[in-house]
Order: sequence, then structure tokens, then C-alpha cells
Amino acid sequence: MAASAFSEDRDFDFRADAATPPFLHVPIMTSATLHSDATRQQADAWRRQTSLRRFYTALGVGLLLVAMCATMWFADEANAGHFFDRLPHILDFLSWLVPKDWNDVWRALFDIASPSDKGTQEFNFPLGRVYVWGGFYIPEYFELMLTTVNVALVSTFIGFVFAVPFSFIAARNLTPSPILRLIVKRFMELLRAFPEIVIAGLFAAIVSIGPVAAIIAIGLHSIGALGKLFYEINENIDMRAEEGLRAVGANWFERVRFADLPQVLPNFMSYTLLRIEINVRISTIMGAVGGGGIGEELKLSISRGFGAKTLAMVLLLFVTIFLVDQFSAWLRRKLVGEQAFLMSA
Amino acid sequence: MAMTASELSAIEDRHPQIFQRPAYKRFWPLLLIAGTVLYLAYALWFFSLPQVLRESHWERLPLFLSQWISYDLQPEFRLDQPEITPKYPRFSALGEHPDPDWVIKNPDGTFTVLIDGRDKSVTFDKVRATIVANGQTVPVSLTGGKPVVTGPVPDWVTVHDDEIVAKMGFVGEVRVTVDRVKVRKRFLGWANFVFDTRSPFFGKSTGEVISLIASGPELRPGTSNLALAADNIWNNAQWQHGDVWTKLLQTIVMAFLGTLLGGIVAFPLAFFAARNITPSGLLGQVLKRFFDFMRSVDMLIWALFFTRAFGPGPLAGSAAIFFTEIGTLGKTYSEALENIDDKPREGVLSTGANGILVQRYGVLPEVVPVFISQTLYQWESNTRGATIIGAVGAGGIGLKLWEAMRTNSNWANVFYMVLLTLLVVFIFDNISNFLRRRLSRTLHDYNRLQAAQV
Repeated sequence: MAASAFSEDRDFDFRADAATPPFLHVPIMTSATLHSDATRQQADAWRRQTSLRRFYTALGVGLLLVAMCATMWFADEANAGHFFDRLPHILDFLSWLVPKDWNDVWRALFDIASPSDKGTQEFNFPLGRVYVWGGFYIPEYFELMLTTVNVALVSTFIGFVFAVPFSFIAARNLTPSPILRLIVKRFMELLRAFPEIVIAGLFAAIVSIGPVAAIIAIGLHSIGALGKLFYEINENIDMRAEEGLRAVGANWFERVRFADLPQVLPNFMSYTLLRIEINVRISTIMGAVGGGGIGEELKLSISRGFGAKTLAMVLLLFVTIFLVDQFSAWLRRKLVGEQAFLMSA
Repeated sequence: MAMTASELSAIEDRHPQIFQRPAYKRFWPLLLIAGTVLYLAYALWFFSLPQVLRESHWERLPLFLSQWISYDLQPEFRLDQPEITPKYPRFSALGEHPDPDWVIKNPDGTFTVLIDGRDKSVTFDKVRATIVANGQTVPVSLTGGKPVVTGPVPDWVTVHDDEIVAKMGFVGEVRVTVDRVKVRKRFLGWANFVFDTRSPFFGKSTGEVISLIASGPELRPGTSNLALAADNIWNNAQWQHGDVWTKLLQTIVMAFLGTLLGGIVAFPLAFFAARNITPSGLLGQVLKRFFDFMRSVDMLIWALFFTRAFGPGPLAGSAAIFFTEIGTLGKTYSEALENIDDKPREGVLSTGANGILVQRYGVLPEVVPVFISQTLYQWESNTRGATIIGAVGAGGIGLKLWEAMRTNSNWANVFYMVLLTLLVVFIFDNISNFLRRRLSRTLHDYNRLQAAQV
């Protein structure tokens, strides 16, 4: 009886770590076989195992702490300003952020003329208006935000369109040819690991700096990222439908289209929506390094210390990302249920 | 094997949910596709894609890509001076006293530059030049005030008003005017990757360098040759190995520190945010909105703010990742906590253990593997992300990459840094995958046991 409990402990790795609190010793003490040598030996072995485990845990945590302190020191040394030097001034940097007139934030957001406008760039809100129809205009930051979101959407679309066929080729159980599978898999790995910023830089030199280079960069990265998730889904599908179609002589395209795609499409969509969330963030960052959109303007505004403009953009960005996240979460819940939110370990 | 009509309709009758679906279900894929097409048309207009593509320079792409793995040397020969002498750009890869074996001074006073052996070469003096390539010989006369090709002009030679350009593909090109001959010769590989031109070891073969280090006289008095060689490599002016590796380490540190600190802060907060562990709904809601806020304020915004607060460098990058990770990890941790099995917790609770002990022995064993796994996953993705935010000044290799790219001339350096980044991402992916696989085995055992109990 006790033996079975111990063997269970071995299977059940992390329990061994948890099973030593004083109040859990009780079952062992009342065990009828307590005095047999075999049991005592087992108990000793178990205790040794536990203490070894604890030692390793302590060692691991200790090493982690040492690494943390070392990296903190390194990061602080390498930084232009040091942490404890700058800490007292951290509120100074917040002080420029607080506008003299809070209404300027709204004015900046909607490009309404501000009374504090003295002809400087800090308050020239109406200059950014993008007129579309007579007196009707889109405020500058909304237009820029739209660019950023469009970059994310188009690049996710590119990623999706290429990742779907690639994922069927790269899935172990569906691949038309093992060699092709290897090539496609490696290719997707390369796309995923390749720094987006380099692709963006390369294409900025070819198609000119701006959103198109960002689309290409994020799109290529999305192919790799989505492709990997997709083929992992493909490898877990139910193969009976595929076998049925194979039995009636369907070719590879027909099998993929009618047996496999219907099974995986909801999951594909769910991951694509997740990718949209990520890509909105990346396209903002890409904007800051020349990819167009709100990132660039935000970077300028922060570096020049324009409080109202910065706050307006942060607000807009925050609301947009929040809305995109919530919408995508809602849609994913509709598509695949709660399952989409359990991260697989 | 054909089916009869009655068999077909029998199947249709048996499965109405497949054959007679409501209209919206039948047409939504079509609507989705139509919507996508419309959106793409809009995007085409929004980004004025046709115009951008028309104005783009796709011919540069192969050139840039070839520059990733090759370098060129551009000697120039002035013809209007008393004596023809080759001139090399100031910082050419050949160092201060270039004497390459592919520039030959012939006994009769003419120069021959071998671009790809004798088959692709140019021979010239002050009055004529002879370009050889693709099995053809093109004589050029330089006497009439402008260069003139005598004879037929092959398609790889372009005749401009005052210049003749002979393109020889990857290996290079020759440009001839009346007063100068300019040659571009391309070499595969990276120039001076180990020692730059200022180093005393420059131009020596591997064997020579090794023997110098092992037993040579001190090249710089007071320093051992090994130290000198290491110093020369580390401070290689062209490749900046030292700087690149330091910046790479900064990127790794940023991802590590940011994720770790984020995890440490998110860990206790997640317990208060999980609705099954903290009964107070208000606190949970506040914390969850706080996590959403930290996540939604983009990593870029944090990076820009901290760059302004701490100055550019890895500290700003670590702080940016740290703040974003509080949100991301807080959210995933609290979701993992909400999905635990309540039975162990109730068991521990029933023994009369206090709050902290219940969490320690009733909850923690179940969630720690999930927590670690998710943290590793974030660490992995932050290692990639740290490269990008570096470019806005948050430290690490990102900024260096961006600066190397901006000039459009340093593509080999860019490729070097890309290779290092790829290597780092690859190594860290594998470490994290290995650790997660080990953890998932634990998780798997746990799930199997739970399934057996039900």
C-alpha cells in the first residue's frame, strides 16, 4: 500500500517536492507497515530524493538570482544613464508629459486649434488635418493609426495566405513529399528567426522607406510564425476523414481541401487573430524605425518632449490595441471556444 | 461506382444539417472572401501600392544580397598623369600598401587588370583599352577626346557619351573614360574579418600568425603577441567584433532580465487576480485591468519612455520588456491559476493550513510547471523582440543593425550581425524547448494521473 504511494510519487514528479509538509506526514505514521525494513528503506530513499530535489531547486533559484544581479549590473554599466543616478529624476521626465492644459490632449487628438499655439511645433494641431471631403477631415493621428493597423492587417493576410499551404506541406502526416517538407520547414524557421528589422531595412532601400517595407517585413515574419503554429495543428488532426478521401482516390489537393482544411480552419483563424494583435504592436515599433504610421510620430514627439501630443498618441494607441485585443478575443471565443485561451504547455 | 438519384436524395434526407444549412452558414465563407477582396483593394489604394512598386528599385535587391557575402575593390587608374599608377580608395580592404597580383604592369608599359582571370580582364595604356569578357574582345580607342569602341558593341557593353561601361556580372565591371579607367572587382567572402588593415598581423597567413603568436618576437614591445592579436581582433575597425558582441550580450540580457523581473512581479499579483483564489472580485478586476493596461501600452511606448528616463541603453530596454511582461505574464499566470483543479487545494485547506501554506502545497505544485513553461516561451519571444526595440534606442544590437543598414553600404556587417542574432535565437529556442519538453513531461504525467482518477 505504501509502496504504491511511493511509486506514484516517482511518476508524479512535482508531488515529491510538495509532499513533505509536516501535516502530510500523518498517513505515513499511521501506516501499518511502518516497522518493516522495506518500508523504512523506501521512506529513506524517498526522503533522500526529496532533499536532493530541494537542493537542486535551491541551487537553481540561487543561480538565477546570481544571474539576475550580474545582468542588472551589466545593463546598468552599459546604459547611458545609470539607474540610481536617474531614479531621482524619473519624475522630471513625467513633468513634461503633464500638459499645462489638459484640454490640449483632446485638441491634439482631434486636430482642433489650441489657444496655446504660438506657432511652435508643439501646439500646431490643425496643421496635421487630412482633408477628405470639403471641410471634413481625418485627424492626423487617426490617419497614422489607420496606417499602422492596415500594415498589421495586410501583413497578417500575407502571412495567412502563404502559411496555409506551407503548413500542409510541413505537417508530418499530410506532407506530399518528405524532402519538400524539410525544405519548407527550414524556410519557415528562417523567416521566423530572421530579424524583421533587417528585412524592413533591406526593403526600405528597395521600395523606399515607409509602410510597404514594413508590410513586407512583418508579412514575411508572419509566414514563418503562423506556418509553425499551423503545421503543429495539422499534425494533431483526426486522420479518418483523410483516409476516407484517400480510399475514394482523391488527390493531395482534394484531401487537403475536403478532409483537413475543415478540421483546422477554426484553429487557423484563431491563431491568425492572435497574430493580428501581435502585428499591430510590431507595426507600431516598425513605424518608429521608419516604417510609417504612428510609431514615427510618437518617437518624434517623445524625443522633443511634446506632452499633449504624446499623451494623445499614447491614448489612441492604447485604446486601439485594447479594442483590437478585445475584438480578437471575442471572435476567437466564438470560433473555438474557451480552448483558445488555455496556453498549451 | 455511381449512385442512383434516390440514393443521393436518401443521403440528403438523412443528413439535413449538412445539405440544408441555413443561408448565412452557407454564404459566410463567400462573404468573408468578398470582404477580404474588398479590403485588399482598399489597402492597394491606401498604400498606393502600384505607384510604390513602379518607383521601387528591384534591381538593387541582387546587388544588396550579393554585398552580404562579398566585397569589392575599386582601383582607379588616372591616364592624364605622366605615369599611370593605380589608386585605391583610402579605406580599401587591401591596406596602405596595396599590391594585388591581379593588377599587372606589363613590360610594354600597359596595365592589365584581371577581373576574372584572363577571360574577363582589361588591358590599357593612354591611347587604347582592350576589354575581354564572354569570349569577346572589345577594343576601345581613347584618342579622339572621347572613348570609342572600334568594331561591334556587344550587349554587355554600354556606350555613354563620355564613358564606356562593361558589366561582367557578379565579378565586377570596367568603366573607361579618356582620362581614367575604373575597375570594380568583387570577391566572395568577408574582407579582413579577423585582422583589419592597421593590425601588424594583417596580410599574414594563418600559419604565420600562429607561429608569431607561439614563438615570434614581440610585435609591440611590452605586450605578448597573443594579447596583441586578441586586442586587434576585438577592436577590428571594420567589423567591430567587440562592440557587436557586447551589443548582442546586451540584447540577451534585456530579454532575460525583463522576462525574469516581469515574472517575479507578476507571480504574487497573479494570485490576487485569480478569481478562484482571491474571493474579492474588485481586487481581481483591478489587477486584471492593470495587466491589460501594461500589455496594451505597447513595448514601444515603454521603450521610448525609459530611453528618455534612463538614457539609451540596455537598462531602458530591460525596463520596457519588464513592464510589458508584468502584463503578459500576469494575465497568463492568473489564467493558469483559474484553470487549476481545486481538489488538492481543498484537501490542504481541510487540514487547517493557513493561507500561504494552502497556496504553497495545494496550488503551487500544480501551476509551477505551467508558469515556468510560459515564462520560457515569453523569454524566447522577447529575445527576438529585444532586437527590434533596440532600434529605437533601447540598447542592444538593434540600433547597431539599423545604423549599419541606413547607409546601404555595410551589408556584410549587417549579415554578420544577422547571423549572430540567428545563432542566439536558435540556441535560446533550443534551451527553452528542451526545458519546456522536460516540464511538459511532468505536466503530461499529471494529466494522465488526473484522467485515470476520473
